[in-house]
Amino acid sequence: MSRLEILRFALRGLAANKLRSFLTTLGILIGVAAVILLVAFGEGASQSIQKSIQRLGANTLTVSASFGGGGFGGPAAGGSRQGNGPRTQARQLTLEDAKALADPEQVPSAKSVSPVVSTGSATAVRDGASHTISQLVGTYPSYFEATNKPVETGSYFVNDDVLAARKVMVVGKTVATELFGTANPVGEQVSLSGVPFTVIGVLKESGSSGLGSQDADDVAIVPLPAVQQSLTGFGALSSIVVQATGTDTTTSAQNEVTAVLNQRHGITPTGSADYRILNQATLQETVSSTVGIFTGLLGAVAAISLLVGGIGITNIMLVTVTERTREIGIRKAIGAPRGAILGQFLLEATVLSLLGGLTGVLIAFVGTRFTVAGIEPVLVPSSIALALGVSVGIGLFFGGYPANRAAKLRPIEALRHE
Amino acid sequence: MTAPVLSLTDITKVYGRGDAQVRALRGVSLTVERGDYVAVMGASGSGKSTLMNILGCLDIPSSGRYLIDGVDVGTLDERRLAILRNRKIGFVFQSFNLIPRMSALANVELPMAYGGVSATERRTRALAALEQVGLSDRVRHEPNELSGGQQQRVAVARALVTSPALLLADEPTGNLDTKATGDVLEILDGLSEAGRTIVLITHEDDVAAHAKRVIRLVDGLVVDDHRQAPVDGPPPRSATRTQPVPGGAS
Ligand SMILES: Nc1ncnc2c1ncn2[C@@H]1O[C@H](COP(=O)(O)OP(=O)(O)OP(=O)(O)O)[C@@H](O)[C@H]1O
Ligand SMILES: [Mg+2]
Repeated sequence: MSRLEILRFALRGLAANKLRSFLTTLGILIGVAAVILLVAFGEGASQSIQKSIQRLGANTLTVSASFGGGGFGGPAAGGSRQGNGPRTQARQLTLEDAKALADPEQVPSAKSVSPVVSTGSATAVRDGASHTISQLVGTYPSYFEATNKPVETGSYFVNDDVLAARKVMVVGKTVATELFGTANPVGEQVSLSGVPFTVIGVLKESGSSGLGSQDADDVAIVPLPAVQQSLTGFGALSSIVVQATGTDTTTSAQNEVTAVLNQRHGITPTGSADYRILNQATLQETVSSTVGIFTGLLGAVAAISLLVGGIGITNIMLVTVTERTREIGIRKAIGAPRGAILGQFLLEATVLSLLGGLTGVLIAFVGTRFTVAGIEPVLVPSSIALALGVSVGIGLFFGGYPANRAAKLRPIEALRHE
Repeated sequence: MTAPVLSLTDITKVYGRGDAQVRALRGVSLTVERGDYVAVMGASGSGKSTLMNILGCLDIPSSGRYLIDGVDVGTLDERRLAILRNRKIGFVFQSFNLIPRMSALANVELPMAYGGVSATERRTRALAALEQVGLSDRVRHEPNELSGGQQQRVAVARALVTSPALLLADEPTGNLDTKATGDVLEILDGLSEAGRTIVLITHEDDVAAHAKRVIRLVDGLVVDDHRQAPVDGPPPRSATRTQPVPGGAS
């Protein structure tokens, strides 16, 4: 009896009970598709979070005052109403702080130090077109590198522009399109709260901000004194961005920055600091582990759905074989060898599992084309292998094991089975 | 002649154990020559089916020796037993035992598929066997689309399509009416006339009258072995078979 023949028997066996075959296939399909899709969405979410952290710049420390005074990117929430630290000593971050941090003697691990003044929502007007920029940043040229903001067209501003407090600006993609449409904004004039600025560069698009609600491309960056002169005044800094010399020096940079600031702000080792340092590396670690838990949870849900699918398959396979024990008896009585019977049932199970499994993979592939709630799913190959492996394995085992048991019976025992 | 087709020596079969023990066969010895046509009779529970299942290698005896064509069945392994069932034995059940949702043709082809016969030859032989039982016009029908008599004829076709040395039938007419019984018996008579060895079980004297030899079982023992016609002659009723049985006759 040839293999082809056994395959033909198996297919005929499946065709003989279409509804049951369909339901088994459906069970496997849902299990496989659910696992792959859930894992893909978990992975997509985690990657998008990682990406938005990386976009903030690598190896950077962001120092900001710990009591209001305009946190990074947020609108200034003046005052220290809920300040619980030693209020008398609380001091803002100043340009002098930044300059002290830039001293290579005291902070050897810093590659660059960029003082930052940022205001939320500044209105930009150009030829009647007006746009409210959600983030206006006044800083030094090193800011571009530290925060990973490359210019696409035009150029950065340089130290000279800072010293001369020139009214030049580098704008984000969103600002450029809002104000100029498709035209090249470089060299054009834009007035910010009535003060004319010349656009000298457009930042490379950072892409959709993923989970964050803020558009990272809705930004304008100008020399620090320019923004202080015309908009914010020469007050405190919003933050200081310190870029470490490398990944392995961020921690030492943080220690050095802490030492300098503690000294300058007169903070004793026991007192609480009036500033805080956001370490990109630690942030990334924290978020990674959070995302890891999240992905793990999704994985658990997926595993449960696979388990439920597996129980479904097991159930149908067991019922199928039990129900067909009599048929096995008939086949044995007319001289079917055990191998042929087992082969037929194993093939039936294989065909069903593979059909369901592969359709499930196909559906998962189609499903991962869609972006749901801002998450772009990312297929994880190992999840495909796992889902397929488990469902086909379950199908084979629970199709094969009872079939083998039935095929071992004496024909008369199988025939008497009801 | 050569070795008898069947040779049983002191076959016993005990079901269950302890209090629930049933001694279905208590030492049956029997020899069946090639070409014989044997009817096994006996009261319900006398062990007829038990004996038949052992003859057909569907079950194994508790003790005793059983030879088919001179081969000791007890010494065969699982694989050889399957080949033996496939090549040497054709079994017809009281409850037909066709495989559901498979056409009559496919059912008849099945033993040949397990026997490794090529697809084309299988088709030809299955059609010939179905024609022999008068079902040429029903080959595409599935068992649930056939009458009981027709199903039993398909089962007979399936049993004889491999040209087995031995045709075994456990109450083949037990579920059939007189007309269908006549049809099946006619086929069996024809096969006997063609030299096939047949053993069948029946409750009805009318059916037993077709056999060349009648064996009676009581409580698992052979109590009577009566020959009605010579082994190498035609079956006793065969002469009258040229005319159909009068309908409704008992
Ligand atoms: N699988 C079994 N387990 C236990 N006892 C059994 C089994 N099969 C048959 N028996 C017993 O063996 C005895 C003989 O049964 P068997 O089926 O051979 O009778 P029979 O002559 O074919 O009867 P009938 O004419 O009613 O078909 C009965 O007493 C029956 O109860
Ligand atoms: Mg019986």
